[in-house]
Amino acid sequence: MMPHILTRSLDRGATLFVIVVAAFGILIPLSNLLLPSGSAFQVPTYLMALFGKYACYAVLALSIDLIWGYCGILSLGHGAFFALGGYAMGMYLMRQIGSRGVYGNPILPDFMVFLNYPKLPWYWHGFDMFWFAALMVIVVPGLLAFCFGWLAFRSRVTGVYLSIITQAMTYALLLAFFRNDFGFGGNNGLTDFKDILGFNVQADGTRAALFALSCLAIIVAFLICRAVVTSKLGKVLIAVRDTESRTRFLGYRPERYKLFVWVLSAVMAGIGGALYVPQVGIINPGEFSPANSIESVIWVAVGGRGTLVGAVLGAVLVNFGKTVFTGALPELWLFALGALFILVTLLLPGGIMGLIGRPARRPKNVTPAAEPAE
Amino acid sequence: MAANAFDRIRSIVLSVFLTVALTVPALAGAFEDGVAKFANDDFPDTEEAIGLVANSGNPLAFPIISALQDDRLSADPDTKKVYITRQDGKIIDAATGAPVDKLPDNAASVRLNNRLRRSVEAALGSLTLLSPDPAKRIAAARSVFKSHEESALPVVEGALAKETNKAAKDAFAEARAAILLNTSGISDADKLDAIATVKARGDQEALALLTDLSDQSPLVTKAAASAISSIQSRLAVWSAVQNAWYGLSLGSVLLLAAIGLAITFGVMGVINMAHGEMVMLGAYTTFVVQDVIRTNLPGLFDYSLFIAVPLAFLVAGAIGVLIERTIIRFLYGRPLETLLATWGISLVLQQAVRTAFGPTNREVGNPSWMSGAFELGQITITYNRLWILCFTLAVFAILLAMLRYTALGLEMRAVTQNRRMAASMGIATSRVDALTFGLGSGIAGIAGVALSQIDNVSPNLGQSYIIDSFMVVVFGGVGNLWGTLVGAFTLGIANKFLEPVAGAVLGKIAILVLIILFIQKRPRGLFALKGRAVEA
Repeated sequence: MMPHILTRSLDRGATLFVIVVAAFGILIPLSNLLLPSGSAFQVPTYLMALFGKYACYAVLALSIDLIWGYCGILSLGHGAFFALGGYAMGMYLMRQIGSRGVYGNPILPDFMVFLNYPKLPWYWHGFDMFWFAALMVIVVPGLLAFCFGWLAFRSRVTGVYLSIITQAMTYALLLAFFRNDFGFGGNNGLTDFKDILGFNVQADGTRAALFALSCLAIIVAFLICRAVVTSKLGKVLIAVRDTESRTRFLGYRPERYKLFVWVLSAVMAGIGGALYVPQVGIINPGEFSPANSIESVIWVAVGGRGTLVGAVLGAVLVNFGKTVFTGALPELWLFALGALFILVTLLLPGGIMGLIGRPARRPKNVTPAAEPAE
Repeated sequence: MAANAFDRIRSIVLSVFLTVALTVPALAGAFEDGVAKFANDDFPDTEEAIGLVANSGNPLAFPIISALQDDRLSADPDTKKVYITRQDGKIIDAATGAPVDKLPDNAASVRLNNRLRRSVEAALGSLTLLSPDPAKRIAAARSVFKSHEESALPVVEGALAKETNKAAKDAFAEARAAILLNTSGISDADKLDAIATVKARGDQEALALLTDLSDQSPLVTKAAASAISSIQSRLAVWSAVQNAWYGLSLGSVLLLAAIGLAITFGVMGVINMAHGEMVMLGAYTTFVVQDVIRTNLPGLFDYSLFIAVPLAFLVAGAIGVLIERTIIRFLYGRPLETLLATWGISLVLQQAVRTAFGPTNREVGNPSWMSGAFELGQITITYNRLWILCFTLAVFAILLAMLRYTALGLEMRAVTQNRRMAASMGIATSRVDALTFGLGSGIAGIAGVALSQIDNVSPNLGQSYIIDSFMVVVFGGVGNLWGTLVGAFTLGIANKFLEPVAGAVLGKIAILVLIILFIQKRPRGLFALKGRAVEA
């Protein structure tokens, strides 16, 4: 069974992609750790941390592409799942600080001591154990997505309406997490981490491992997405994307298919967030802002919607551009980003992959699918 | 004419009579006796003196008592004469008011202890009760109501008897009732009357007074309890009215911000994420207009908004048409792409304004007719909120009339209902689209003028309204302006009624969650279009 899925989902381009990501995931940490600093080929730690951040964004982009590119669900609130996964990991990291915090309280994180919490809130229990936190990284975004999706898809909320209420969802979470009495550190969020699984988060070795893990996460997420979209289920998803009502008339239950990919995608986003937090060293409510979620949609659009490789490429390229621009010409970044939104939607509906990849990727003897309706 | 003259004569006679009636006891020398008692500088004598002077009705009573309070009253124990050192340093004889060159050498100031200080305060309170200015009388009566000092009763009753001003008379009656309720040895019938008077006042202070009552006969206690519950229910009604007003005000702001969105979304199916930036452009237009007026024609400042409204409409409308012609028209039928492209436009506009005007808040002033507030019953209404509500309703009415009675409106409705059929009937749909988008943007610009009066004018102005406006449109349903109206006011009022219960942020979160749940039940909003247009 397993080899069959693998051979089906790994065409030539996909194999090449996996190999490239794996090469990055192995070579960059090795060069950072083994080569002497100052060598021309040594990747400095700050750059590796930056690439690690891009890798997490790439996982988020994959999760968005899975639902938007293959199922036509445009989520403007996917950053919420990313941030929830991040918060779950952040809570574990906060508990690991222990008595090394500013106030030296062995149980309560610093901000709780500062805000006069008498004891740990019930939802913080268990986060001192890594396995529990890791489980929550999957369960919390998954559960929220399940409830939200179950309600939304069952009542056939589609198109822009769905986009708007996903935006409302992340906005509501933004407001909630900004509150001090919500128990997640208010607008400062969670930061000042020390250890992850006993390793210092600042150490080069830990960073290298985290980067390698992020690349692994891209590969795994990519393979899962490929497996989904090349399966029969994936065909139904594409049918739902192109005309949902026709699919329904053919006897499928679109809401079940949508719910499945929606939850899968939320869990992937959550894992991306969980890997993001230890590498960036902070998680705060700003991650919930609707603008962040929309920005991650544009990564997918730039790379090429409906091409998983494109999503990863778009996330890395746009964020690289952001790093360069905000460093060199900070005033121009928003102009550039805005122009990117406009130009990509107007002139480049297929994204970068539409420019370079499409002819090779489309099987010759199959009639081209109709253009996506939305 | 004759009647008028008669009235005048009657009022003169009446006032003479009242003056005589009030000053008769003073003529008996109580005032002089009282003043002389100050000279003894003995606490019981001083207390008696305060009572005599305060109740004498003599015009010098107020200066004497206030001098006593400020340690400016001195007495010569030998001659028994009492002097006031006025605040400007001049010295007068307390009994006659005649100026004196300097204080006698052995004059000493009249001493007070804490008990006397309280009497002095009460006496001063009762003296302002007799002030010729009705506003001062009312204020004094209110303070007596609060303190319900038993010693003030004779003065209050005297003042009540001769009071002609309706408001002051009510205030005195309430003060009297407050004193009576807190005095022992008053008949139950009188106390019941007093409770009725206090109940009629019906505000927080009346409630506090009645709640603090103790040691009363069962009948009075019962009446007080029923008065308390009646006042509480009345106060609850007022607080509901207050919340409703705040809700209406918030609703008008939401409506103003959402109405343009409703047009573009309803007619064209275009989600315009740059809508908030159109609002922002309107606000900045107001800023520029005021800036020009300030430097060139300061006299016109009160009219700045009248100039800004059409200008903001033109600026935002023109930019809207430009956006439609250059970008949006290539994306029709692809709503999600439109959403992304307009988001891009919003980023560009924000950054453009930030580059041109700076990232900080710009100051937009309120014209004189928009500042200030007035009281209505127990709530305060600010003029700017009131005008914005009126303005919003006016814009709404004009828009409704435009859609109903003009050729463009007819064409817009035709395109909304069935684009292809409208095109077949010879309507230039693309021209209608451009004008509709321009109209929606222009109205957003007008909204910006209004919002500049109550919010900070910064490049982020639009962002803070965009999600709320979407909620309004989604809640109300597209393609129907009445839906937007109902949606805006429902959300505004619901928000303000949730706020006292849940707090501002939680209330907002609750509203968002409720809308998300509501969408499940009515995926197309409250007032959904029915029929074939739905699946189009």
